[in-house]
Amino acid sequence: MIRLEHVSKVYKTSTRPALEDVSVEMDKGEFVFLIGASGSGKSTFLRLLLREEVPTKGRVYVANFDVVRMSRRRVPRLRQSIGCVFQDFRLLHNKTVAENVAFALEVIGKPRNTIRKVVPEVLELVGLEGKSARMPHELSGGEQQRVAIARAFVNRPLMLLADEPTGNLDPDTSQDIMLLLERINRTGTTVLMATHDHSIVDSMRRRVVELSLGQVVRDDSRGVYGVGR
Amino acid sequence: MRASFVFSEVLTGLRRNVTMTVAMILTTMVSLLLLGGGLLVVRMIDKTQTVYEDKLQVNVYLTNDISANDKECQKDPCRTLRTDLEKNPAVESVKYENRDQAYARFKEIFASQPELVKLARPEALPASFNVKLYDPDRPDVIIQTFSGKVGVDSIADQSEFLDRFFDALNGVRDLTFVVALIQAVAALLLISNTVQVSAFTRRTEVGIMRLVGATRWYTQLPFLLEAVVAGLIGAVLAIGLLVLAKLWFLDRLLEGPFAAGVIRPIEGLDILLISPWLLLTAIGISAVTGYVTLRLYVRQ
Repeated sequence: MIRLEHVSKVYKTSTRPALEDVSVEMDKGEFVFLIGASGSGKSTFLRLLLREEVPTKGRVYVANFDVVRMSRRRVPRLRQSIGCVFQDFRLLHNKTVAENVAFALEVIGKPRNTIRKVVPEVLELVGLEGKSARMPHELSGGEQQRVAIARAFVNRPLMLLADEPTGNLDPDTSQDIMLLLERINRTGTTVLMATHDHSIVDSMRRRVVELSLGQVVRDDSRGVYGVGR
Repeated sequence: MRASFVFSEVLTGLRRNVTMTVAMILTTMVSLLLLGGGLLVVRMIDKTQTVYEDKLQVNVYLTNDISANDKECQKDPCRTLRTDLEKNPAVESVKYENRDQAYARFKEIFASQPELVKLARPEALPASFNVKLYDPDRPDVIIQTFSGKVGVDSIADQSEFLDRFFDALNGVRDLTFVVALIQAVAALLLISNTVQVSAFTRRTEVGIMRLVGATRWYTQLPFLLEAVVAGLIGAVLAIGLLVLAKLWFLDRLLEGPFAAGVIRPIEGLDILLISPWLLLTAIGISAVTGYVTLRLYVRQ
């Protein structure tokens, strides 16, 4: 599903590489935590998968896409097969919950009746049935993140990237969000989650890939946050 | 779905930046108004020129001696002059007009001003050859060959006066084009700016669009169309103003010359004919500016 081969990334403004000779492989349906201190290269890792960045060296494969060599015109196809969730939710504040989710389908040209059918379905999946007409500011942080997850998942992507999705949430709410991500993972969707949250990583006991100064320093199949340092 | 989505995005964008949109529309309008005015002057010059082209003549005025004594141009030097003129390859036709005929014509021309006719004496009017050339733009051939010949008093080239008139019109045309160009630069910068501001205010939307895999067309077409719609509104307003300017201003100001047939009037048809060009210019400039701006400043 994801394969990085000897990937290095050096930003023009920095002398130290953000990623250095990283080789990782993740299979379809896996749930992987990507951990590491700030500046360890987690964000660059995720951006490479989305082709927001192109590596300085090495190859990146996501699903059937050769991410480095693909033409610009095919990038939207790649991104349609990846769902994204962020710490700051990134909802549109002038649109309702349902409109926020529908927006993701509208802008890729899905037909109206498909949208009308799948939006309520995915809102039910994330536990927001009955709140589709609310505005984002009327919702709690956890609920807003559910909207964001619904939006990321509504097009049934092969893979879900979550960049510190619980970073702004309290522990209980975080736990609920993790349960939701697990449920999505059980549908066969690969989930890659970058996080700082020790307790979540420790309690889930999933595969952990740790980055430090741009290098993979640990890859445990059933890891915890703190071990190995 | 696609069309309605893009369309609603365009409307939202135009409303959100309403002051910028208005500024963009107005500068585009002024620029196109001037461009349209210039084009109308060009049409007017063309039409007026064809009217005069058939009538343009070179008048070879004869000396008082001939005017008084040779009514039918039977004697030298009048007869020689006529044959020389007729033999000249540049000359299409030669018509002799004696003093009496000239006076008759004078009375006809100034029939509306009897006091002028009363003042004039036939003796003051010279006989002349009205020479029609194949190429009315080249009177110099005749002027050079026949000036100073025996019996020739002076040679008047009607096109000389007309040239001055057309020079003035051409000057007006050039000036409007220059000002139109300056305005176009202002319009261009405003369009570019508006597109940037528009893209900036909607960076969250655009960010999400890119992330969920919307194509370039979906993310950028709304901005491009915003510019084009504003440009089109500007063009339509400019055309409307041209029509009003014709009805309320030009038609009244130039009523006399129009009626006398000195200048051909600008007709509704002329405005209709240049309108597509104004619309196309508006669409072209706003679309290209919008596209280039998006290319340069907005990341895909």
